[in-house]
Amino acid sequence: MAARTLFDKIWDSHVVERLEDGTAILYIDRHLVHEVTSPQAFEGLRISGRRLRRPDATIAVVDHNVPTSDRTLPIEEPESRNQIETLERNVREFGVPYFPLLSERQGIVHVVGPEQGISLPGMTIVCGDSHTSTHGALGALAFGIGTSEVEHVMATQTLLQKPARNMKVVVEGTLGAGVTAKDVMLAIIGTIGTAGGTGYVIEFAGSTIRGLDMAGRMTICNMSIEAGARAGLVAPDETTFEYVRGRPFAPQGEAFEQAVAYWKTLVADEGAQYDKVVELRAEDIPPVLTWGTSPETVIPVSGTVPDPAAEGDEAKRAQMQRMLDYMGLEAGQKIAGVPVDVVFIGSCTNSRIEDLRAAAAIVAGRHVAPGVRAMVVPGSGIVKAQAEREGLDQVFLGAGFEWREAGCSMCLGMNPDRLTPGQRCASTSNRNFEGRQGPGGRTHLLSPAMAAAAAVTGHLTDVRELI
Amino acid sequence: MEKFTVLTAIAAPLPEANVDTDKIIPARFLKTTKRSGLGVHAFDGMRYNPDGSEKPDFVLNREPYRKAGILITHDNLGCGSSREHAPWALLDFGIRCVIAPSFADIFFNNCFKNGILPIRLPREICDALMDDARLGANGRLTIDLERQVVVRPDGEEIGFEIDPLRKHLLLEGLDDIGQTMQHEGAISTFEAARGQAQPWQTRIVID
Repeated sequence: MAARTLFDKIWDSHVVERLEDGTAILYIDRHLVHEVTSPQAFEGLRISGRRLRRPDATIAVVDHNVPTSDRTLPIEEPESRNQIETLERNVREFGVPYFPLLSERQGIVHVVGPEQGISLPGMTIVCGDSHTSTHGALGALAFGIGTSEVEHVMATQTLLQKPARNMKVVVEGTLGAGVTAKDVMLAIIGTIGTAGGTGYVIEFAGSTIRGLDMAGRMTICNMSIEAGARAGLVAPDETTFEYVRGRPFAPQGEAFEQAVAYWKTLVADEGAQYDKVVELRAEDIPPVLTWGTSPETVIPVSGTVPDPAAEGDEAKRAQMQRMLDYMGLEAGQKIAGVPVDVVFIGSCTNSRIEDLRAAAAIVAGRHVAPGVRAMVVPGSGIVKAQAEREGLDQVFLGAGFEWREAGCSMCLGMNPDRLTPGQRCASTSNRNFEGRQGPGGRTHLLSPAMAAAAAVTGHLTDVRELI
Repeated sequence: MEKFTVLTAIAAPLPEANVDTDKIIPARFLKTTKRSGLGVHAFDGMRYNPDGSEKPDFVLNREPYRKAGILITHDNLGCGSSREHAPWALLDFGIRCVIAPSFADIFFNNCFKNGILPIRLPREICDALMDDARLGANGRLTIDLERQVVVRPDGEEIGFEIDPLRKHLLLEGLDDIGQTMQHEGAISTFEAARGQAQPWQTRIVID
């Protein structure tokens, strides 16, 4: 057999049947469900009289719409409440396992899956959410799907798919002080562009990636979709196995050892061919952030806002100018020093305990700058409780941060956590699209440490000045 | 799903790259539990002022593009969120075909599931079709899926590629779940074999 990539191996082991035009019926091991992209799928099952084929491979949570304030109060927004109640009715009717709003296990679906051991190496994992790529950090083939495909998985436990092409992104070397997984991923997106990964699954490799903890690997894989890739992957290793060991839904005891023996085979074969290889040096990556309304608009925090006049293509030039106007920035302006109104630490990209520790390390002994609203939204109830055991909540609250309940929150502003028009936000989330965090809101994507630095200085700041 | 055979329609030019799904339908409109009714919110941020009045310059607010059935853009159409509300909003507005030099993967898939035909054509051709589209009602394009051609107002025909399976489903207006369910035997066999080979695979059960 020809040398295979990690993607090839996971793919091959899940092909139920190959259809004549090369489309595969691909078996799905885990289906994660949330309240926004599932109601029409459940309704579809109901209308067609179909059953949900494998409730025991499905898990539901509420995350996108949920308030991050006091959960014992009724949900104020009627449409949000309706969507949550609709999910609760659907999970009861179809027998789907569910972590309700008041459970400590509730949280952002892409934090909850790995945390509970529901997402495991070698699996195929899907969810009606593009950031499902997060779970690739475990060495699983994980990708986002639309609601029609959600219904397809519910009914058949499979998807109709064509194999992706293979890309490898290799990062070698040691990260400098103040440089994190988020900076690495933004640098990768800045290099290959938001469509650079279209049609590919990206395997992240190299000593820098190997040296990241699971939270860092999840941050990297999470934003694979921002590079256009369907999924990101990191080959499972001892870091992965130790992370998975003992988690509630992971195999236990002897079954775990059997699983590890199999998971150790999930590496690319010697000589496996990739359709595209991109290489970066860790030493070349400084703390970075975005200046525009596309995640590829990445510049070093020591840099300046680019000048559209230097762009040759007329359409691109116009688009750059539009971004500058929207963001309220001038060409050539230094990005450090630009004042911020809001700081958001959270989202499926950066809301794990490791992210909160990194932010708290910068915040400790300092105070949020006057006029800045700073908030921390833990990724799950479990993350929140862990942070509270470590006293991180007191660090944040003492500094003037809001310490909130778990959910997607201001990453996409479906709940009341939204920017108002013109507000500028230093955000650890994943998308800086126009209006993403609220109509007219201006988003700069950066790491938790950089967000913390912006909160305490009141402007976009090189975190290295504070460490 | 409505069949897609031959479509002759006004095409709206939107000469922008990276038109993301947040732009096509912002998150605050995703609170519906239905597929229909999103057309009024399509491109909300580009289409309306904060007070709800229309932005007169936006293409879909101008005649004859209010009745557009085809949308043409630059690269990477539909990037970002997987929300199928994006094609639902386009369909509800009246768009049955989207043409661009490249598409984001999930959006591309989602279009087919809703009877919208996404067509990849080189940037120069998209620009030429946008020039046709700027003629408005005199620049109608015809999309013939069976023959896999876009017919320009002057009669020139431009070929395009499409997967045979997807073409079949669109032409017949078929739901692919029904197709896959015909393979139920193979799925069950695969599942049983997998359970035997990997006994450590866990089930999700919450007491």
